Amino acid sequence: MEAAVAPRLDALWVYLAASPLLWLAVTLVAYQLAFHVYERCGRNPLANPVLLSITFLVALLSATGTSYQTYFDGAQFVHFLLGPATVALAVPLYAQLRRVRSMILPVVAGLVAGSLTAALTAVAIARVLGASLPTQLSLAPKSVTTPIAMGIAEHIGGIPSLTAVLVILTGIVGAISARTLFDAMKIRDPAIRGFAVGVASHGIGTARAFQVSEEAGAFAALAMGLNGALTPLFLPTLVRWLV
Amino acid sequence: MVSAITWLLVFQLAGEILARGLSLTVPGPVLGMILLFLTLALRGGPSEEFRTTSQGLLQHLSLLFVPAGTGILLHLHRVADEWVALLVSLVAGTLATLAVTAWTMKFVQSRTGDGGGRGPPA
Repeated sequence: MEAAVAPRLDALWVYLAASPLLWLAVTLVAYQLAFHVYERCGRNPLANPVLLSITFLVALLSATGTSYQTYFDGAQFVHFLLGPATVALAVPLYAQLRRVRSMILPVVAGLVAGSLTAALTAVAIARVLGASLPTQLSLAPKSVTTPIAMGIAEHIGGIPSLTAVLVILTGIVGAISARTLFDAMKIRDPAIRGFAVGVASHGIGTARAFQVSEEAGAFAALAMGLNGALTPLFLPTLVRWLV
Repeated sequence: MVSAITWLLVFQLAGEILARGLSLTVPGPVLGMILLFLTLALRGGPSEEFRTTSQGLLQHLSLLFVPAGTGILLHLHRVADEWVALLVSLVAGTLATLAVTAWTMKFVQSRTGDGGGRGPPA
C-alpha cells in the first residue's frame, strides 16, 4: 500500500513544484496565518505579519530545497500588484490635501529634513561600521514605502530584495519606538507625531499611527506619500555625491 | 472595479513610458502616482468606484511585500556577515529620522504659527 502511494506523491510533487499555483497559494495562506497571529497578539508591532510570513516562507523554502526563482515564478502575481498599488497611493494623498494646507510650512520643512536624515544616517552609519557598498546602497532608501524603495535600490546599484526586507524592519523599529521617543521629546501634537512616523517608517508606521488617532494616521499617510515622491528625486544624486 | 484597475494600470504604463523615454531617475509607478494625483486635483477627486478599489488594494498593501521580502533567502550570507552594521543603521537611523522630523516641524511651527489654529495663509 505505502509503496504504491509514494510514487504517486512523487509525481504529485513534480507537478506542483513546476506550477505557479503552489507557491502563489502558499504565499497567501502564509499571510493569512501570519495576520491571524498578529491579531491574536493584540496587533503588537513585534508580531508584524509581513515579518512572520517571510520567516515562515524562508523556513519552508529551505526545508523543501526550493529555489527562490521557483518560488517567485508563482509569487510574482502578488508582487506585480505593487506597481498599481503605488499608483493608487495618489488617492489617500489627495484626500489629505485640505488638512495639510493649514500647516504647509512645518510639513515641507519636516519632510525635507526627515527625508535627508533618513538617507544620510542609514548610509553613514553602515559605512562607518564597515558595511559593503551594495549593503550601504540597499539601506539608503529604507524609510520609503517598499515598492518605491525597491525601484530606487535597483536604480542606484543596491539589492532590491535586500532593500525590501530592510524597509520592513525599519517600519517595525519606527512603530515600536515612536511613542516613547516623542514622549521623551515632549512632542504632543498628533499631526507632528503622525507625520514624523510616516516619514521615518512609511506604511507600517502609518498603520500604527492610525491605531493611536485618526489625525495622526492621516498625517502619517500623507508623509509616506510625500516621502515616496520626494526621495527618488534626490537620492540618486545624493548617492553619486556620497559614494 | 475593472475600470478602476484599468486606469491604475494605464497610469502606471504612462509613468513607465515617461520614466524610460526621458531616462528619469524616478521609478515609473511613482510618476504614475504623481500623474494620477494631478488628474484627481483637476477632476476634483476620484469617483466612488475608483476610491473603493484603491482602498481595497491599499488595505492589503503589506501582503504585496511578502514575495520580495522572501528574497532575503538569497542574502542570508550577507546578513550574517554584516548584521551589526545593518542593525545599528536601522535602529539609530530610524530614531534620528523620527527625532529630526518632529523637532524641525515643531521649530518651524513655533516660528511661523502655522497649524496653530489659524487658517491657511490666503
